Amino acid sequence: MSPRATLSAVLPLIAVLVLTGCGERYDPEAEAAAQQISPESCVDTEGDTVKVGLLNSLSGTMAVSETTVNRSLNMAIDEINADGGVLGKQIEPVTEDGASEPTIFAERASKLIRQDCVAATFGGWTSASRKAMLPVFEAQNSLLFYPVQYEGLEASPNIFYTGATTNQQIIPALDWMREQGHKKIFLVGSDYVFPRTANRIINAYAEAHDMEVVGEEYVPLGSTEFSTIVNKAMASDADAVFNTLNGDSNVAFFRQYNAVGLDAQSLPVMSVSIAEEEVPGIGVDNLEGQYVAWDYYQTVDSPDNQEFVTNFKDRYGQDQVTSDPMEAAYTSVYLWKDMVEEAGSFDVAAVQEAADTGGSEFDAPEGQVSVDGENQHISKTPRIGRIREDGLIDTVWQAPEPVAPDPFLDTYSWAGSINGA
Amino acid sequence: MSAAAPSTPSTSTTPTPAGTRTLPAVTEGAGVWTTGPRGALLGLGVGAILLLVVAPMTLSGFGLDLLGRYLCMAMVAVGIGLVWGRGGMLAMGQGVYFGLGAYIMAMHMTLADTTLEGESIPTFMRQNGVDRLPELWGIVQHPVVAVAAVVLVPTGVAGLLGWAIFSRRVKGAYFAILSQALAAAFAVLIIGQPVLTNGSNGLSNFHSLFGWDLSDSTNRTILFLVVAAVLLTMLAVTWQLYRSRFGELLVAVRDQEERVRFLGYDPALVKTVAYMIAALFAAIGGALFVPVVGIISPADIGVVPSIAFLIGVAIGGRATWLGPVLGSIAVSFAGTQLASVFPSFWVYFQGLLFILVIGFLPGGLASVTGFLRRRKTSETIEMEVTR
Repeated sequence: MSPRATLSAVLPLIAVLVLTGCGERYDPEAEAAAQQISPESCVDTEGDTVKVGLLNSLSGTMAVSETTVNRSLNMAIDEINADGGVLGKQIEPVTEDGASEPTIFAERASKLIRQDCVAATFGGWTSASRKAMLPVFEAQNSLLFYPVQYEGLEASPNIFYTGATTNQQIIPALDWMREQGHKKIFLVGSDYVFPRTANRIINAYAEAHDMEVVGEEYVPLGSTEFSTIVNKAMASDADAVFNTLNGDSNVAFFRQYNAVGLDAQSLPVMSVSIAEEEVPGIGVDNLEGQYVAWDYYQTVDSPDNQEFVTNFKDRYGQDQVTSDPMEAAYTSVYLWKDMVEEAGSFDVAAVQEAADTGGSEFDAPEGQVSVDGENQHISKTPRIGRIREDGLIDTVWQAPEPVAPDPFLDTYSWAGSINGA
Repeated sequence: MSAAAPSTPSTSTTPTPAGTRTLPAVTEGAGVWTTGPRGALLGLGVGAILLLVVAPMTLSGFGLDLLGRYLCMAMVAVGIGLVWGRGGMLAMGQGVYFGLGAYIMAMHMTLADTTLEGESIPTFMRQNGVDRLPELWGIVQHPVVAVAAVVLVPTGVAGLLGWAIFSRRVKGAYFAILSQALAAAFAVLIIGQPVLTNGSNGLSNFHSLFGWDLSDSTNRTILFLVVAAVLLTMLAVTWQLYRSRFGELLVAVRDQEERVRFLGYDPALVKTVAYMIAALFAAIGGALFVPVVGIISPADIGVVPSIAFLIGVAIGGRATWLGPVLGSIAVSFAGTQLASVFPSFWVYFQGLLFILVIGFLPGGLASVTGFLRRRKTSETIEMEVTR
């Protein structure tokens, strides 16, 4: 009896393996050609509404940050709907939870495209979530709008990057530090791709600009043990710290930093992952006077930003703050609308075409932004900020005009070791 | 021991996470999914028809992909059913073996794509400043070597670790903690080697499997059929194992390890073999997970996913034949469905169900009918599970 049981299960396996003669072999060139002509999308543009996907982590470790992005996306959609929609159609958001896990992001993205038939998707935060979704959007030929600053070195035709790439955040920060006379830099970061890439850029930059990296330390994501690192920073002859820590680690880092008597006067820290919404969690006491680099702060003085901040507070509460990723997400919905209307269609190829030719623009809260058709990033205005005692951030320096995105750092002669060129 | 007694005081000094509870006898008769040969054939037949015929004909491409992922997770569950349900070893770190299988497969697939695209090293390595393929990667370039590595590496690791642990008579909560620490360490190791593993981003963006185009819908259906057939094969193998001399010995070791030793058997050997089989199943699940889902990252193999594998097994009924696999698929399915409706709450439902089952129905949902039947006849054999 028992051999039969085995046979009954093994037979189908063999049958299946024999069947394996039917599918197509993989050919990269044919694949690339097929993607140009076969948008077999199920997007329904016949009715009065058009669906878009909102894919943010509403649970898990990233929920605190990504929930605020989800809110500003919803706000932008409601504003556009109140104003007549896109191509006369009301936007209908479909919300999915990325659960702070790359695999879930990929699966939900697939669901939004294939089951809900959304015209575009907005979301993602960590680089891991973006890298996980990229193949899904490319294979299904759909569009993702990604709103967070990141490590660059990527330009998928199916992704619009509305956060800063490295030449709009890290390089301006280094330029500014050099101008301030900081020559010896201590690097501290979480152990994942963004800090590692950022620090490779900083090392290459330092070498080309007569600066010195006097220490480079990594901790696992979420680590809270910094006494060794803080002591190393103190013992080194660094005159500034460049901080690429992410999330909760910042709380422990700054607390221990202050505990040994270091502060913004004795050894300033430049952070690239601390925005307005993270400040209260870390504690303003620990952060006052320290520097950050972004492209937007709540304090940006412009009518567009005042309206954005007021509307957000009216909608979600007066104690809410606005931050760079939220602003980039808000902006991304308007840029999508602009490109769709320029194309006169929700079709992916048509929108890409509009991006290539039209140079879509939007008067965003951060100032004017425009889409670069070649790499699908946007031009943005880098700003160095200083944390105030009330937790908001003042701009201490800003670029005179928007900086064109250069995700592969092709225009920087010293960056050859980074882009592999 | 009375059948109706919900629990009995522990007579063992071994710390037990779930306390000492009665569990239905696993040898003959008791438990709804512990079946004889006829029932087993029927179960496998129904499963085969559902998975190999009904599912591909009725589900959309997306639905088939989802079900494929559930089946890969269920393979891990089958192995956990063996070590935990039958062997009493609470393996809380199966993510290690799942991850080993997955990463070996992912490395091979990344290399194969790189070669087809006319490059010498994967893009992420070039961006990390590497210009030569690391030797560790070169090994899995050939598909046959890659498949052999998926089978041999995890079982080898499990064999060495298992023997080291069990021959020192580490058991109960100590084994559980040790296995979980392994999963934590493994995830940290993967994240800390961005040049070799692409760190926390993981490996993704695969286009082909052994030369077959992964975006082709026929190929995807065939891939699903392979996954389903592998799972059915695993179930047939476990069913035979459970009825074999080895299966009896494993249960004996679980319930009375010392007595087995006095009878002249080496419990460490029995446990190590069971642990190796579970590792193999997990590794195969991981290796198939990669082409089905299209990504593997440290978030899929660490402590949390390792524990998540246990939930389905516990809910389905860890000591039964089909309980782990059905429980695992049900939990995965419920996860996807509930997460769409209650994005931020569904985890609580899962946790609550886990607590309820561990607290009130230690045999899992599979024991419900057996539990009811026993109340009527009170004639069933009971065994004490002490760990």
